Amino acid sequence: MKVIYTDVLVIGAGLAGLRMAVGAKRRGHDSIILSLVPPKRSHSKAAQGGMQASLANVIKGVGDNEDVHFGDTVRGSDWGADQEVVRMFVNTAPKAVRELAAWGVPWSRITPGDRQVIINGEKVTITERKEAAGLIGQRDFGGTKKWRTCFVSDGTGHAMLNAVSDRVIAYGIPVHERVEAIALIHDGSRCYGAVVRDLITGELIGYVARATAIATGGAGKLFRVSTNAQICEGTGHAIALETGVAMCGNLEAVQFHPTGIFPAGILVTEGCRGDGGLLRDVDGHRFMPDVEPEKKELASRDVVSRRMEERIAQGKGVKSRFGEHLWLDITLLGENHIKHNLREVYEICHYFLGIDPTKDWIPVRPAQHYTMGGVRTKPTGESETLKGLFAAGEAACWDMHGFNRLGGNSVAETVVAGMIIGECIADFCDKPENAIDIPTRVVYDFIKREQSKLDAFAKNSGTENMAEIRTRMQEIMTTKVGIFRNGDMLSQAVEELEDLYKKSFNVAVKNQPGANPELVYAYRTQKMLRVALGMALGASLRTESRGAHFRIDYPVRNDAEWCKRTLSTWKNENDTLPTITYQDLDISKMELPPGWRGYGAKNYIDNPETPIRQKQVDEIRAKMEAEGADRFAIQNALMPYLQLLPEDLRGKNERIDEPLS
Amino acid sequence: MAENVQQMAAAEDKKEQAAPQTKNHRMLQVSILRYNPADPESVPHLQTYSVSETDSMTLYILLNELRDTQDPSLQFDFVCRAGICGSCAMLVNGKPTLACRCLTRDLPEHFTLAPLPGFELIGDLSVNTGKWMRGMSERIQSWCHLNDEEVNLSKIETPMDPHLAEDIYLLDRCVECGCCVASCGNFRMRPDFVGAVAINKISRFRLDPRDHRNDADYYEILGTESGVFGCMSLLACHDFCPKDLPLKTQIAFMRRKMAEQGIMGKEEPTLKRVIPLRELKLD
Repeated sequence: MKVIYTDVLVIGAGLAGLRMAVGAKRRGHDSIILSLVPPKRSHSKAAQGGMQASLANVIKGVGDNEDVHFGDTVRGSDWGADQEVVRMFVNTAPKAVRELAAWGVPWSRITPGDRQVIINGEKVTITERKEAAGLIGQRDFGGTKKWRTCFVSDGTGHAMLNAVSDRVIAYGIPVHERVEAIALIHDGSRCYGAVVRDLITGELIGYVARATAIATGGAGKLFRVSTNAQICEGTGHAIALETGVAMCGNLEAVQFHPTGIFPAGILVTEGCRGDGGLLRDVDGHRFMPDVEPEKKELASRDVVSRRMEERIAQGKGVKSRFGEHLWLDITLLGENHIKHNLREVYEICHYFLGIDPTKDWIPVRPAQHYTMGGVRTKPTGESETLKGLFAAGEAACWDMHGFNRLGGNSVAETVVAGMIIGECIADFCDKPENAIDIPTRVVYDFIKREQSKLDAFAKNSGTENMAEIRTRMQEIMTTKVGIFRNGDMLSQAVEELEDLYKKSFNVAVKNQPGANPELVYAYRTQKMLRVALGMALGASLRTESRGAHFRIDYPVRNDAEWCKRTLSTWKNENDTLPTITYQDLDISKMELPPGWRGYGAKNYIDNPETPIRQKQVDEIRAKMEAEGADRFAIQNALMPYLQLLPEDLRGKNERIDEPLS
Repeated sequence: MAENVQQMAAAEDKKEQAAPQTKNHRMLQVSILRYNPADPESVPHLQTYSVSETDSMTLYILLNELRDTQDPSLQFDFVCRAGICGSCAMLVNGKPTLACRCLTRDLPEHFTLAPLPGFELIGDLSVNTGKWMRGMSERIQSWCHLNDEEVNLSKIETPMDPHLAEDIYLLDRCVECGCCVASCGNFRMRPDFVGAVAINKISRFRLDPRDHRNDADYYEILGTESGVFGCMSLLACHDFCPKDLPLKTQIAFMRRKMAEQGIMGKEEPTLKRVIPLRELKLD
């Protein structure tokens, strides 16, 4: 049996994984990155519209800073986020953009002077400042008070992934491509690496590492209609769940993106609406201002998606052979804008719909888009319960997104978390007490255990069909654990998924040498079902609505009972349901106590702690403002967080209007 | 009111336009080149499947349906299924293209699928482009060579001309799918040829002021017969690039610049590091 030893094992070669490996390697720790596919094919690639960072370069971004970005992100999360982590994030995001700028990302830059933009359906002339000439530009995105989204045309993720992936090559960090981690090696309290299957030869290999980091992205393929890539199957979530020790947080928090093209579900960026695109119904009527007068098309994604589905339910959808949809109208942006700033949208419409978005409206309907839930970690990125296991990016519940993520915050999280957690991993590896001492026999045992699970498929004489099981799971997730949920649907979903999970052990797979795609499909589907059960059960137990989790039978956010994070794990191998526990969010420590988001429903049930904390916050702020304290001092008094950041990342961020002293 | 009516008329138009044409769906005959190198019993052969066509069916939909319903052993690679990641390049009726955005309605009733030539075969339609591309990147050192690895991240970024940023992005749009390499006549004869993908990348870094290499450095990489001088200008790379990158222009431009460098020795390499050329491993 083959065993490979390294300091740091990173599972997943998207932006978060690559950036963590760079961080660890720069500090002298050998890293190996595992990837299902060549790194530049990772799903980070698909981030189109941009990355949020409060640079405040464009005129519509003036006044933006960490505080505004913090407020937007916490409100977007419907107060589900860990506010300390949000603070760490917003302070690092501008640094991440600037690092990438130095590494070669061709961020779209500002031309000073007048330019025409579309705001709220109207042509408006804005004037960019001379001082901003050539600096990185920002566009508008949903749920934000300022124009904050830095972008590279609409291929932002692509350009970022090129630059970071090339850095990994520059540092000589090996990426083991076409391999898959199928189990974590651990002893119930410490993680030692992973059992990895070679997707070309079929061989199982043990990887032993002092620190293991999961950066495997989301779980969109649990759903029938999703914008996610084929490889986003949630298997990273699954291997953490399966330890029975590491926890997944908030699995029920699943985001639906308003504009998946219909019916394929391929994403067209939020940048379409950010740049002025409108949503129209069957009558060509722009309906968003009727229902969301504050932010219209640019309310947060959970709100816009629900408003769209409501419109369709009111009989105002456009009927087609595949079902109903609405229209996204970007024709008003003009050909030049679309062909330069929305180039990928143009190509997608051309190739997959056969339409020209400079002239035609785009058929869209909300599609599963993002998994807010993931491996629950401390602010350092390390699991709270399994030492030596880290997670970052979409696969993690670091928890800066809570129950709804803002557009532009995910690709930002990948690199920001990569920077922060890469350093934390290096700190972890620096400490002598974190050395490992694991007998080869233990590694062999884990490999044998996994091999026997795979062999069980070949020896199986069951008659169930895995393609049918997976298709049914995707159908259940889309129809019963979707945008609108209710108790009955969710209990049915849990029951049926549990049944499918049991059936998945009665599937026979032909034994074939080499890759054996049939086997891959089988073991992944079983893992996917575990995560699907976590989502469905979590959603069924959470009797309130928060962010993207919307219960028709409990339509109100209930801070009194549900200001908490759901934690799931798979305690015993023979269990058929995950074990769910909860972790309270401490309102008394929040910098921004719960309130109205500024869009969406205005009613919510308060926690008794909220008015007390709100009063404290108001008093501290009023007192310090009167004393002439600056915003940094006030922030520090409300919720100190800098001590959580690696030292190199604690600095302030320079802006045109905020020069460094 | 008038505006409303206008809007409604416009919406009617859209509906007409979007209404899918009703037609009898064809029964497609798909011949796929099958071979599993890991299986000593396996020999390369064409296997033909019948698949009922659906509306707006892409090869992504077709191949997944085939695997789900007819042959679970079929190997192929899809990741983004939206034409942006470059995983699924294959030969469709002999021409390299991205399968995910290939609509069956544009194909005849009977067509063939074969793996991309020039790359290591993993099985059936799956080839190891990733391994080749990493080798290429290491060989041409496809990253910005920075003066200083330590960037002061608190400071405002260095300004860049907006047009230059866009020009860099245009060349940076390469998805490393391998179509240019697979279609390259020269690559068939000279397996150590860098390929259009590499020449385009160097052209991209040459534009980029953040990359501190100069033509003398690039000459060390491209100034040989396995580099830009090896190109015979057959230019199938340009014709088959799914991202419509201006490969023809970039190759011609880089050849001129490299010739100038070779003849006149412009930009003395003493100022900057010379990049050693690493040979491609030939299997």
